[in-house]
Amino acid sequence: MPVEFDTAAKLAEYAHPERLVTTDWLADQLGRPGLVVVESDEDVLLYETGHIPGAVKVDWHTELNDPVVRDYVSSERFAELLGSKGISRDSTVVIYGDKNNWWAAYALWVFTLFGHDDVRLLDGGRDKWIAEGRPLTTDTPEVEPVEYPVVERDDSRVRAYKDDVLAHLGKPLIDVRSPEEYSGERTTAPAYPEEGALRAGHIPTAASVPWARAAAEDGTFRSRAELDAIYRDEVGLQEGDEVIAYCRIGERSSHTWFVLTHLLGFDKVRNYDGSWTEWGSAVRVPIVTGTERGEVPGR
Amino acid sequence: MDATTLPAALAETREDFLALGVKDRLTLLLDFSNELPELPERYRDHPDLLERVEECQSPVFIFVEVDEAGLVHMHATAPAEAPTTRGFASILAQGLDGLTPEQVFAIPADYPQSLGLGEAVSPLRVRGMSGMLARAKRQLQERLAA
Repeated sequence: MPVEFDTAAKLAEYAHPERLVTTDWLADQLGRPGLVVVESDEDVLLYETGHIPGAVKVDWHTELNDPVVRDYVSSERFAELLGSKGISRDSTVVIYGDKNNWWAAYALWVFTLFGHDDVRLLDGGRDKWIAEGRPLTTDTPEVEPVEYPVVERDDSRVRAYKDDVLAHLGKPLIDVRSPEEYSGERTTAPAYPEEGALRAGHIPTAASVPWARAAAEDGTFRSRAELDAIYRDEVGLQEGDEVIAYCRIGERSSHTWFVLTHLLGFDKVRNYDGSWTEWGSAVRVPIVTGTERGEVPGR
Repeated sequence: MDATTLPAALAETREDFLALGVKDRLTLLLDFSNELPELPERYRDHPDLLERVEECQSPVFIFVEVDEAGLVHMHATAPAEAPTTRGFASILAQGLDGLTPEQVFAIPADYPQSLGLGEAVSPLRVRGMSGMLARAKRQLQERLAA
């Protein structure tokens, strides 16, 4: 049975308020049977320096990615991973992390690929919890391993491959990288030079909306009105649109995928996890440089 | 890489890591992270002297100096929210301390990859330490040329 939803007024504005919880709600619910809190950070050691009491850690690099093939883990491995963290198929999972929930949103998106039903984000993430002076611990919780079923990963609904993007050209695309990456001045995020691409620029017609614009100063998501102003008024997204978001390896765009899907209610949004590290190195795919969106190339 | 070119402190660090299981390697890295010394006072007010390690995802800055006896010291600063990066910096700061420049230049570029951290923190993250080591060597070259 899912733990009841957070009924905070701010969340009620969003299309799917059941996908978010506030720090107040989480503080009250900690320890509830059926609830598992998961920390997912960019830094693999941050959890060890202190985490929300009872929270388990899921690392995107070492646990969610396949170690050999560029893909997510297999269904068997995912079942093993979640079971070992004490997560059952019917658990309510609340994920939080560093950097405006950047990696937490990525973990949530991967959980969605496997159809985990009740998975929510902590609005404001790790930083807000700490800023409010709430408790942290370095004690690793004693986890009772449980059985998680082996479920088939569904890549058709929220994940896009390169060929899907080529076929999608002409419909809305959102590039969530930095303006410098979008225009083609650089192939990597400022201060993130590891994952290279051979060419720089953006996918033709993609609108540039750096992912962090969806986050407020305190790391929480911007209000419904502010998000509508960005994605509907400025970008021009309309009800019923099919949208694909991309970044460099698909993590920042998971955050935007979450915003469009769960906060604004677009129900046909996919995340292109191949993103620029694939597109920018692929042979003969169209690329536009500069700050303009560019045109769909003739086929 | 053979033992003759690897300074004792770095060799010992490697043995310590390789003697542990994957999970305990993380704990040891956290110990290193906690041991990273504060910047010496003379550098605290001179952020201009410090070089940003672009290969790392978190803001980490290093400064290499050669003392009057001709021995090398590496200083580093990285935020508490970046414990992995702090751990990398600490391994190098401790491992390089008191070496001669020749010994530092002889450290194999793939030393970070030899610590068995690839599985624990991912090869991509370990690349940050490689960047740090390369920059330390380049700074050292600049100091000697100055």
